[in-house]
Amino acid sequence: MNNSFKEKAMQLVFLLAACASIIAVILICVFMFGNGIPAMSKIGIVNFLTGTLWEPFADVYGILPMIVGSIYVTVGAIIIGVPVGIFCAAYMARFCGPLQYKVLKPAIDLLAGIPSIVYGFFGLVVIVPIMKDIFGTSGKGILTASIMLGIMILPTIITVSESAIRAVPESYYEGSLALGATHERSVFATLIPAAKSGITAAVILGVGRAIGETLAVSMIIGNQAIMPDSILSGARTMTTNIVLEMGYATGIHRQALIATGVVLFAFILIINLLFTLIKERSARNE
Amino acid sequence: MIERNVMDKFTINDLNLYYGDFHALKSVNLHLPAKEITAFIGPSGCGKSTLLKTLNRMNDLVEGCKITGQVMLDGGDIYAPKTDVNLLRRNVGMVFQKPNPFPMSIFDNVAYGPRTHGIRSKLELEEIVEKSLRDAAIWDELKDRLKKSALGLSGGQQQRLCIARALAVDPEVLLMDEATSALDPISTSKIEDLVLELKEKYTIIMVTHNMQQALRISDNTAFFLLGEVIEYDKTDKLFSVPSNKKTEDYITGRFG
Repeated sequence: MNNSFKEKAMQLVFLLAACASIIAVILICVFMFGNGIPAMSKIGIVNFLTGTLWEPFADVYGILPMIVGSIYVTVGAIIIGVPVGIFCAAYMARFCGPLQYKVLKPAIDLLAGIPSIVYGFFGLVVIVPIMKDIFGTSGKGILTASIMLGIMILPTIITVSESAIRAVPESYYEGSLALGATHERSVFATLIPAAKSGITAAVILGVGRAIGETLAVSMIIGNQAIMPDSILSGARTMTTNIVLEMGYATGIHRQALIATGVVLFAFILIINLLFTLIKERSARNE
Repeated sequence: MIERNVMDKFTINDLNLYYGDFHALKSVNLHLPAKEITAFIGPSGCGKSTLLKTLNRMNDLVEGCKITGQVMLDGGDIYAPKTDVNLLRRNVGMVFQKPNPFPMSIFDNVAYGPRTHGIRSKLELEEIVEKSLRDAAIWDELKDRLKKSALGLSGGQQQRLCIARALAVDPEVLLMDEATSALDPISTSKIEDLVLELKEKYTIIMVTHNMQQALRISDNTAFFLLGEVIEYDKTDKLFSVPSNKKTEDYITGRFG
């Protein structure tokens, strides 16, 4: 009697804990859409999404430059971070000795734990001057932000890819060796393709991290709310748009910023959906 | 007794193998004739699979594995320092206990070996794939679905695909490590028929738990116990008039 009561009580506690996260998501949705949708309809959804001018003082709110900016830096981060991350994961899972692993693993965990602001400082005092020297620009811009985001997404990509490569059955590796393939070929032609779905998941998580990063990006991207015309030009992402202006925005301006958040939210939603789909597909294949 | 012959494919001289402190193979001497089927039998843990894996050096993957003695393939010691292990494994193919096709298309599975060894021409690869699948007696079943994933095949088909994959690199020897133990009786008999055909071109060495299988298809049989070769003889001789009491006890089912 007493025991069953305790069990029921604990079940209730667990249920409440589980509900907390769901309620949080629902509240965020309600707040975001409740504030963002009216602004979008006032501005006009097409004008809002495809307008190339962002001039709050003239009440012109087009966020296409920010959408493009976000996509540019994310794609840049993927181009830089994914190959490095996958090679590093392959090295850790299949090439390095226990000694190198003991150094690499904590280093990568540490990389994951470094706060954004520190990355931002690093970008500002290391990458920006280098870019300035090489290209003769201000040094701030899409390429600079891409390089830094490429580094920031490394831990996500490495950790998830490494466990995906490790999860491939040893029998594939042995089968490849038994055909006379070298260790390198066995890893790159058998293990990595077999870990494809896990590695794709790693990339998607990396995309999510890159597109959502705000603070570090705002320090080194230049923040001009204009359509970027090259990878060296300054730009503004959706996230930095919000953080730069939220402090003083009022009225429709404020709502337009929240609507920017809604668009960002939609991007993240799509990314998560893709992630779930890929996870399900790989589970079915096994 | 099986006479030693210059045509022997493998000659194993005083082979000892240790896993760490465990003495897994004890002073093994064997000579395996070319283009015949030799079966290794014995209870679990007797060293038969271990010996099989020394023949293509898959034991190199096992940490703490140490080997003394000689394993000669066509007169050359495969454990000599200058041996190209990848070339050895190309010449000595292996089929595993559990079918292990790669998670790719049937075509890519068979073409994996040739591609590994530098064949890029699509036409040439197509020829090799067809020939290998025909040799593995599975071409008719699979020819219309070469682009489909190999993981969708039945266990028996997967195992024959693995045999085709091994044949595609044109080996001289085929090692089979209990290759039918995970299969149903019909698939098993298909693979046995296949192995009998393959011995015209290949030297086949198989480990089996199934004594009827050894009796049905092998020419020579070696009986292992606790890491030692107890008896090695023509299969019909070993099964009808074994010269060792332990062999007799094992094949009549008194232990094992």
